[in-house]
Amino acid sequence: MSQKVYAGTTVDVNEEGYMTDASQWTKEIAREIAKEENIDLTDKHLAVCEFIRNKQANSESITIRSVGNSGIIDIKGFYQLFPGAPMKKAAKIAGIPKPASCV
Amino acid sequence: MTKEEHPLKKVCIICAKGTIEDVYATLVMSNGAVMEGIETKVFFTFFGLDGITKKFMNSLKTGTIGNPAMRMPGGLPFPTLLGTLPGVEAGVSAMMRSQMEKLDIPPVSEFLEMIEAGGGEIYACKLAMDMFKLEKTDLWDGVKGVLTIGEFYEMCGGLQTQIIFT
Repeated sequence: MSQKVYAGTTVDVNEEGYMTDASQWTKEIAREIAKEENIDLTDKHLAVCEFIRNKQANSESITIRSVGNSGIIDIKGFYQLFPGAPMKKAAKIAGIPKPASCV
Repeated sequence: MTKEEHPLKKVCIICAKGTIEDVYATLVMSNGAVMEGIETKVFFTFFGLDGITKKFMNSLKTGTIGNPAMRMPGGLPFPTLLGTLPGVEAGVSAMMRSQMEKLDIPPVSEFLEMIEAGGGEIYACKLAMDMFKLEKTDLWDGVKGVLTIGEFYEMCGGLQTQIIFT
């Protein structure tokens, strides 16, 4: 377990850089993590982050399909928002653990 | 050598069988690759073509005979003779599909759309299409092309590329 400073706040992260305590998360922290991933965070990104944070808080499984059905964005748009590995990047920016789902 | 130094860049996945489990193994692996940002090309051939044929893709079946891993709900053995009765295969297959839906695993057509949305490419085998008398119009609309195996191999070049036969 290590720590990192984002937006002047010290947060706990694991060896892959995922935050381990979702309650430490703020939008400012998200903005800085996004910058590390070369993403300029918009309200749309934040809406997706809030959506998956809620799912995580309710212990529901987080799948790319559920994001596509969220009404926030379709799957194609999700890939465009978080290029490369959308589910992992979104989880990292949203301050939750790496998704454990295969779909 | 660690996985960080040589991450997988491209996967080429071949599906040659048409049961629920064969097609879904292909789809889960393909979608999983796309989600990891890995370039993904999928080739459907022989009975695997059912997985991208409009008429059959959303009602695939699992074989209820000759499958020793098939069990009754609760874990008792599933007698092969039972599997031969009319309707049993359809019932078991419907049960499998509903179990998958509970895990948020989509129907085949939606799964293919997800793969396509992430940039994955779906191809059909020309030889098998000729054999089964299929036309491009019989296939799911997102199929990017009908290829010979040689043409598919041409797409499979490059370092850090794997060909997977499910």
